[in-house]
Amino acid sequence: MENVAEAQKSLREIKTRGEFLERFLKLSLGFWALFSGLLFPILAGLILLYEARLAIEEFGFIHFLTYTNWDPVQEDFGAATMIFGTVVSTILSMLIAAPVAIGIAIFITELAPNWFKPIVSTAVELLAAIPSIIYGLWGFFILAPIMATKVEPWLQDKLGDVPLVGKLFQGAPTGVDVLTTSLVLSIMIIPFMAAVVRDAFNMVPPIMKESAYGLGATKWEVIRQVVIPYTASGIAGGLILSAGRALGETMAVTFLAGNRPEIPKSLLEPFTTITVALANQFTEADTDVYLSALYYAGLLLYLVSFTMLGIAKFMVLRLEKRWKV
Amino acid sequence: MSRKTRRKLFSNFMLFVSFLTAAYGIFWLFWILGSLVVNGFKYLSPELVYLDPTPPGEEGGGLRPAFVGHLIITSLATIIGVPIGIMAGIYFAEYGRNSKFFMTIRQITDIMVSTPSILMGAVVYAVLVRPVGHFNGFSGAVALALLMLPVIAITTDEMLKLVPKEMREAAYALGAYKWQVIKNVVMRAAKVGILTGVILGVARIAGETAPLLFTSFNNNVLTFDLKDPMASLTVTMFNYVMGPYNYWHQQAWAAAFILTMGVLLLSIVARALLQRNLLEPLFYIVRSITGKKGG
Amino acid sequence: MKKVLLATAVFSGAVLALEITGAGATFVFPIMSKWAFEYNKETGHKVNYQSIGSGGGIRQAINRTVDYGATDGPLTPEEVEKNKLLQFPAVIGADVMAYNIPEIGNTVLNLDQKAVCDIYMGKITKWNDPYLQQLNPNVKLPDRPIVVVHRSDGSGTTWIFTNWLSKVCPEWKEKVGFGTSVKWPTGVGAKGNEGVTNYVKRSQGGIGYVEYIYAKQNNLPVARIKNREGNFVEPSVRTMQEAARNAKWDKSKHFYEVLTDQPGKDAYPITGATFVLIAKDQLERAKKANVFFKWVFEKGDRYAQELQYIPMPENVKKLIAEYWKEHGVAP
Repeated sequence: MENVAEAQKSLREIKTRGEFLERFLKLSLGFWALFSGLLFPILAGLILLYEARLAIEEFGFIHFLTYTNWDPVQEDFGAATMIFGTVVSTILSMLIAAPVAIGIAIFITELAPNWFKPIVSTAVELLAAIPSIIYGLWGFFILAPIMATKVEPWLQDKLGDVPLVGKLFQGAPTGVDVLTTSLVLSIMIIPFMAAVVRDAFNMVPPIMKESAYGLGATKWEVIRQVVIPYTASGIAGGLILSAGRALGETMAVTFLAGNRPEIPKSLLEPFTTITVALANQFTEADTDVYLSALYYAGLLLYLVSFTMLGIAKFMVLRLEKRWKV
Repeated sequence: MSRKTRRKLFSNFMLFVSFLTAAYGIFWLFWILGSLVVNGFKYLSPELVYLDPTPPGEEGGGLRPAFVGHLIITSLATIIGVPIGIMAGIYFAEYGRNSKFFMTIRQITDIMVSTPSILMGAVVYAVLVRPVGHFNGFSGAVALALLMLPVIAITTDEMLKLVPKEMREAAYALGAYKWQVIKNVVMRAAKVGILTGVILGVARIAGETAPLLFTSFNNNVLTFDLKDPMASLTVTMFNYVMGPYNYWHQQAWAAAFILTMGVLLLSIVARALLQRNLLEPLFYIVRSITGKKGG
Repeated sequence: MKKVLLATAVFSGAVLALEITGAGATFVFPIMSKWAFEYNKETGHKVNYQSIGSGGGIRQAINRTVDYGATDGPLTPEEVEKNKLLQFPAVIGADVMAYNIPEIGNTVLNLDQKAVCDIYMGKITKWNDPYLQQLNPNVKLPDRPIVVVHRSDGSGTTWIFTNWLSKVCPEWKEKVGFGTSVKWPTGVGAKGNEGVTNYVKRSQGGIGYVEYIYAKQNNLPVARIKNREGNFVEPSVRTMQEAARNAKWDKSKHFYEVLTDQPGKDAYPITGATFVLIAKDQLERAKKANVFFKWVFEKGDRYAQELQYIPMPENVKKLIAEYWKEHGVAP
């Protein structure tokens, strides 16, 4: 009788210990999951907000966004120049990168023979793996001088006198300007964009494409009229995702932007972005308001990038829901 | 020319254009890597690693504090970030799949993967540098760990999701607790994939500069003390490239070469591991269906 | 016995080796680094100096995040008192106008006060501007745009430069003023003396103000500047000493002294000193920093001269020693 009771007792003990471990494990794992997806982003945002409070009080919202004077001497800060720079360099880099990324995705999914596909894929992934400071270093030492001595003077020569467009090419061609920065940024975001678009393309059910081929469509027509429309939200999502990354890029831009706190009037003028301002001025903000203004700009960047990435994610998820079996 | 031929020609033309875009991408890759190899290899020398930097203007010297500091900071960041990331990833894959709340949390974690890295530096500065009174290596490691955390969480989640549910069900059928299933079955099956994620995470933070700029800052002198500012390869490269001296530029190229080769090597290793891993669960199922023993 | 000796040696080595952190002016980074290097060779003590600009140096000194800060824009006696700091000069250098004009190579140009002012105000935009040409009748100046380079960070080098401009150019004084950071009418910003030198080196047609040794180490030609007496003076140890000759170093004013636009027929007009800031209320740290500076004043002169800086004259060194004693920070 005792043996059975003892056996039952130990069984119960094992069970409760097991259950205890279960709950403990669930709680601790769950805490870290909660941390990484909720506590961490909220805390980060709150810390930025807290540090920015001085500047928010002083300069308000609209004023900070639109005022172009960033004056550490007078302690008067308006972030319009860096916001403009961030936005313009992102948009320009996307304009250059988007067709290329889509082209690469088309090439990988439709055109490349099977033995060649992984080579191109690997090449694109390697581009993505290169640290951003390397892009900055290479851009500064190798690309910028070529831009300054060959490409930009040529552009100025050919397009400088064209009405409207010509105005974009004024200024001394130093190679450290909006054009070079956007070019290098675009190279940096191509791999990411291409990967997202390629994944989206791979989601199109073969039967859709086959029906189109059955009707006599050419390859390009299938791509343009079947694949792209169906993956449209995925492509858009990929674009916005890459924009979100370009927004936050620091090192490559710091080397190539020229760091001038003015709104550039031409592609060949130096400019600044929020990340550049943070990188260059953080350690020497010598007044509390100055540092707070930098945090304010950082907070704005955080919110915008978070929102953009969120929207992009939503669009990509919608595509997945439609087409993933 | 018939309409059909015209359409076909146009289609071929557009496909040719897409080939050009691929060539465009590869062109940049080769140019960048080529410049790195040509310029970096030239200036490689063992002195870089075991000598300290010279005063500005005097040629020679090395980057010893930067190499050592970088290793220390990256290793510490890995030690902090990887366990937390894996734990979060396990929760997402094993406990949270049915909860809309936790799936949203997981998406937010994915968003954090692409957050501007310099902002992490700013956040850590407010928490770990200013209150302490000076720059310190530890805060740099924390900033990098925070960057690594979402990456590891997401890749762990993805890898665990790849493990077929049949494996879990088989273990439950044997009466295992959930934690036993996770520990002995799922994690074991996904361990290569998770390792891949860790390697990719390390590769990512090893190349970071911005978050270190105002956390671990810089140091001309070799130090192992995490309470002191600590040099890192990336910040040193930043300073040297922006400086005027040719020998600084040369050392920056060499350091860039070493860093990039290291990061690329890690990425390639991770990718190779991944290819094999994708097939593992498949093999397992095949083997269990056909009744073959072993493996 | 051997173990005890070994342990003592290691332990005492560890105890006796000081670690001193400093930050600030990029103006003096070459000499500060050189001193740190030689000091370490001689005594084993480590000095970690970060070249982040005088603005950064002032801030870190005020925040007490370093043992000493260095700035070429001196704090006024009121500012020194307010922040409970102590200030003393360590070395004297000069801002030179370095330029990069491929067509004329190393030819030395003459620039006067108005020329520099107009270039930095964006009024003179090409190298072959008639005003520049008439200052240099024997040089064929090219039709090239001037790439103006200034500092983007808080800089004592800027302080010295803009201080001089404010003295000699009324329009500059009114529109821009002087300080470690100013609102530049034109030009590209670079970080540190290092960055400005780098930019000028890479920009064809570039001009920038940097500390003398930076231009020299990087083989950039520097202009002769017209001084108060009307002479075109090129920067050199001798002309800098002339500028410093009439300086009145007053320890009761925490040595606040400006050396720009000094009288003297051979005085170089854009001369300045670098000042060390230590915390009055952290005696141990201040004393620790001063252990280094005592060595600098005793043995560092020749390194300064090798790098074309002017060490402080003997009478000033004496005043500094008295100042230290008065405030209880003598090492």
